[in-house]
Parts: sequence; C-alpha cells; structure tokens
Amino acid sequence: MSRLSAADRRREAVLGQVRRSLGVRGDEAARRAIVKGRIENHPSCTIPKRGRSAPFKRIETFIGMAEAADATAARVRHKDGVLTALTVFLRSRDLPIDLVHGADPYIESLDWRHHKEIGEHQGPPVPEDRVSLAKAFAGVAETGTLVMLSGPDNPTTLNFLPFTEIIVVEANDIAGNYETVWERLRAQMGAGNMPRTVSWITGPSRSADIGQALLLGAHGPGNLHIIVVG
Amino acid sequence: MSAVQPHSAAFKENARAALADAELQRALRGGGEGFVERRRKAVANLPEFDTLRDEARDIKNHTLDYLDLYYEHFEEKVRVNGGHVHFAPTARDARDIVLDICRRAEARMVTKGKSMICEEIGLNEHLTANGIDTVETDLGEYIIQIRGESPSHIIAPAIHVTKEQVEADFRRAHAGLPADRDLTEPAALVREARGILRQRFLAADVGITGANLLIAETGSAVVVTNEGNGDLTQSLPLVHIVVASLEKMVPTLEDACTILRVLARSATGQELSVYTTFATGARRAEDPDGPEDYHVVVLDNGRSSMIGTQFQDMLRCIRCGACIDHCPVYQTVGGHAYGWVYPGPMGAVLTPQLIGIDQAGHLPNASSFCGRCESVCPMRIPLPRMMRHWREREFERHLSPRSVRWGLGVWEFIATRPRLYRAAVNIAMPLLALFAGRRGRLSTLPFAGGWTGHRDLPAPQGRTFQQLWRRRRRRAG
Repeated sequence: MSRLSAADRRREAVLGQVRRSLGVRGDEAARRAIVKGRIENHPSCTIPKRGRSAPFKRIETFIGMAEAADATAARVRHKDGVLTALTVFLRSRDLPIDLVHGADPYIESLDWRHHKEIGEHQGPPVPEDRVSLAKAFAGVAETGTLVMLSGPDNPTTLNFLPFTEIIVVEANDIAGNYETVWERLRAQMGAGNMPRTVSWITGPSRSADIGQALLLGAHGPGNLHIIVVG
Repeated sequence: MSAVQPHSAAFKENARAALADAELQRALRGGGEGFVERRRKAVANLPEFDTLRDEARDIKNHTLDYLDLYYEHFEEKVRVNGGHVHFAPTARDARDIVLDICRRAEARMVTKGKSMICEEIGLNEHLTANGIDTVETDLGEYIIQIRGESPSHIIAPAIHVTKEQVEADFRRAHAGLPADRDLTEPAALVREARGILRQRFLAADVGITGANLLIAETGSAVVVTNEGNGDLTQSLPLVHIVVASLEKMVPTLEDACTILRVLARSATGQELSVYTTFATGARRAEDPDGPEDYHVVVLDNGRSSMIGTQFQDMLRCIRCGACIDHCPVYQTVGGHAYGWVYPGPMGAVLTPQLIGIDQAGHLPNASSFCGRCESVCPMRIPLPRMMRHWREREFERHLSPRSVRWGLGVWEFIATRPRLYRAAVNIAMPLLALFAGRRGRLSTLPFAGGWTGHRDLPAPQGRTFQQLWRRRRRRAG
C-alpha cells in the first residue's frame, strides 16, 4: 500500500479522474505551456463600451451608476474638502459625527486639525461603531463600483460592520473598467498577488428575501456615501 | 426535513400538492416575473451582453480542458498565501473534512454564507449532529432554516414563503423578544434578523462560505452577495472555510470579470451584485482583521466523470438561476416539488447525475421543451438537449413506466418505416377529423385522458405534412 496520506489520496482520486475523463496524463508539456501562457498573459474579453469612456465622462458615469445602485455621492475639488463634505452628510442624516477608520496615510493626512467636531478613532471597527471611513483603491465607472483592499490601512471589516460607510475615492483612481484596476493592482503587488481580501462594493447592502420587497441594510451598511476627490 | 434525502422520485405527487397549495401559489405569483423583467432590462442596458455570453462559454470550455493544471496552480497560490486546499471525491469526504477543521478549531458555533454545495452535501445536519451550532446568515437561508425547510430557489431560497409566514416564524424563533413588537413591515423583519444574526457573527468560531468562482492565477475564491453576510462570515471568525464544487475554476482575474458581467445581470437583473469579494489565503501578518486559518474544500461528487460526456456542458453552469426564473414548470410548481437541492431546468439536468436517474427520472420529463431556459442561459448550456439525453438513458435502462415504453416502442416501429407511417397517417387523419366533427376539436382521446382532461386536441385539417411537402416539391420541380 502506498504511503499517501488520506488527503493526498483524495486529491489523487479527484485530479486522477479529471485526467482520465480528459484522456491526459497531466505532464504534457504542450498543455502546461498553454496554461502558463494564459495565466501570464491574462487576455481580456470584450470590455463594454460603457467601461471605455474618456476620463471626464468616466467620473460622471461612475457617480451615475453608484447612485443607481442606491449609494449617495458628493464631489469635492480638493482633499481639504473631504471632512466638511463628510460632516454635511452625517448631519443631513442625523448620524453621529463619530467614526472609525484605518491607518491609511491619505486618511491620516486629512484636515483633522480644523475639524475638532469629528470624533474619530483608528483600528478595525467594534460592534458599537456606527460610522466608518475608508479609502478606495479604485473606482470602476462601468458599474459604479468601489474597489477596497484589506490591510492595516483599511481593515476589511470597515466595509461591513458599521451601518454607515463613507468611502473616499480620488477622481484619478476611477477607472473605466475592472480590467484596468487589476492591471494597476498587479503593478503594485506583482502579478498573481492579492491582499487577503479585495472587495468590490456597488451600493449599500440589501435583501429581497422577505416577500420580494427590496430593503437596504440587510447585514452590511444601509448607507453608502461616496466622496469623489478631484 | 433533511436537505440531502432526495424525494425527487415523488415529483408527480409533489407537483400535485404544490398546485393545490394556495399559500405557495400566492408566493410564486409574487416573485417570478420580477426576476424576468429585471433581467430583461439589465440585458437591454448592455449591448455587449450576447458577445459576453459567448466569451463566458469559451472561458469555461477552455478551463475544463485544462482543469487539472489550473487546480495545480490554484493550490500553489493558496498555499503560499497561508491557506490549504482539500479535495473531496464524495459528499461524505467533504463533510468529514469540514467537521475535522471545525473540531481542530474547537468550534462551538459556525456561521454560514449561502452555499448550494453545502446543501448538496448536507453540511448543516452533519455539523449539528456533531454538536456544532450552525447558523445560516443569508436572510432567505435563515428563514428556511428556522422553518426546517430546504431552499426552493438557488438565488432566492425563501421565495416560496410569504411575508406573513416570516412574521409568524420570527415570533416563534425569537421568543425572547417582546411579544407586542410591530413586525408588519418587511423593514422591521429585516432589522430584527440583522440584530439577531449580528450576535451570531460576532460569536462564531468558524465561518463557512461557498464560492461563485475560484481563480487559478491568484488562488482566490470569489463570493458574490447582496447582503454582506458572506463578508461578515469570512472576516469575523478566526477560521474561514470555502466549500466549492470542482467546476468553479476560471484561469485569470480577467476571465472572472467576464463571468461576473453576465452573472448578476442573469441572476437578479443587477448591473453587479453589491458585494463581490475576492478572498486569497489567510490574513497577512500585518492585517488587523480577517481569518487566521483558511481552507478551500473542493467537492467533486461525480462531476469529474461528467467531463468528456454529453453532460459536460452542464459544468459551465454558474448557478445564476435564470433558467429557473424563466421555466413555466418551475413557475407553476415551485422548487420543492423537484425533491432535492437543484430545481428547474438546471436541476433537471444536474440532479439525475448527482443522485441517479432512477431517483430523478421525472425531472428531465417535467419539461415542455419550450427552450426558454437555453435562450436565457448566460453560459449557453443546451439544457433541453441534455434533458433529452436523460430521457434516452431512462428509456435504455428500462426505467420508464411500461405504458410509456410500450407507446414509444410502437411509435418507433411505425416512424422508422416510411411506408407503414404513411399508411397509418392516411388512415388516422381522416378518422380523427371525423370524430372531431364540426367543432374540429377532440375533448377525449383513448390513453390520453390526462392530456385531454385540461384541453382539447385540435383535429387535423386537410392534408398531411408529407402530402403538402410532396406537392410543393412537385410544383417547384
């Protein structure tokens, strides 16, 4: 009897049957080259026209699509305007001016000195936190989607635990389509590498599981406010 | 009721009961058309949709041809990111692997994202029987869990339940809350479930999710949800287990994009679901949250044997549910009548493969072959053709009822003998017309009472098809 572990035997049973069904051995150089090439070249399929618009149109599309998915959005010229926009939003919703955020240098460098009215603390959120603030790695115009990377800068639970989330995205970081964002991530982290969690977020949480009525705020945030900078 | 014990053999009785169930019929009327209309709008809003369907089909066909090698790459990427890949040849293997991981983590409570694969392997029952409190967190799944039911739709598991029933269920299950609370509005029900499940998320030791896709390039598992329950399930507990079936693989992030572009539009008519989450391995050393321990369990359960057969195309299925939403049979009898995990046209093809045609022979027969399922399938799966293959197998294996076999045998004898066929038709046609009389319709037929019980058969008028054909050819020639 072989000395394979139970796990190895199960692996062999599954992959072995796949190979038998395909009529291959698994070590064919030509097949391996095809798989290697596909992963290295990662060709794109058709990218919808909506995701290939000119930069000025892109931001308009992004905001339009995000609002269609029930997010709210504000646009500020400069980073200095972020905290004012944020306060305006929270007041308009009667929400506490008190939020949790990560260690993102961009967030840290906001004009906190002039906004003493904002209560804030750093770290992953605790269940009592009602508002979170996070920085998006990118926006995608095609569907009004925000791309969030996990890590100390923006802990992933910021996106899911509090009932209200405010996400800041630089206008320059808004891409037309998903593929552009993956290229940017590859350039930053090296091909084939990902943070533990990449979240695409398109609007606030929702469910239609009770009597087919669509309701916001099922488990994740019921409010998603986007501040576009630039 | 256990999700794993199939009762598909009782499809006819189930269907009859479903038709007589007024509450169910009310729930079905409330849901189905909404999905159809929303999908139609989303598709109309994306001119490239049909091109993307072709490309999505080609991606999956390519992946299946090289599936062993993409898994090797995937495994390596998961490993270097601090995770483990486990292969499960059978449902039992998958249950054992998951239970083992939970035991090592000394888990007492498990939260679950929505996963049809977990339904297929009967995971909840297994974990519960082994003393682990297992909590569904998708709102629809949670509702059917407290009702002791199984999902009736792969996207909207509680589509058969009315709001009033949910209210009664919550009052029963959440007995600790004030009895006089107002639950008439759906929003109040959602708020209550959110509060109850929030406690579970925070207390859970292990989170289990399914996967919509696995990506070989990066070793990622993609989970798509609207509620965010899949994300709380995988980011709060210290252990995250992904349970995925073998065919979920795609080669690259770009390939994932193409499939995601057709998935949500086909499933719910959204441009994209709210949360599309790419999970890759365990939390990194510097991460302040996320799971410390990460596992992917890959379930085969007979799928590897479908490769290279006439059922291979079914392995392209991305479980969007469009075929179910557009199926007139499903819309009439609901999902439970199908008697196992997968209802509708996709279930009629997949279920016989997974539990045997002897158990599920009625399902591929419960179709009028109207073809709507194939026409909306984002992966262009020829569902009616595969249902026909199952009917042929059922016939070959002598599983069909004797009357059906006898009838088909007689038909085959006549239809494969052109002279006999012509003679028979030339006699039968005028006879039918004669019996139909001036109304031109037959309200009863021998051996076909079930059919004529609900409608008349229009009697043939004038010449046969073959006669007309011959005449036209003569004229043309």
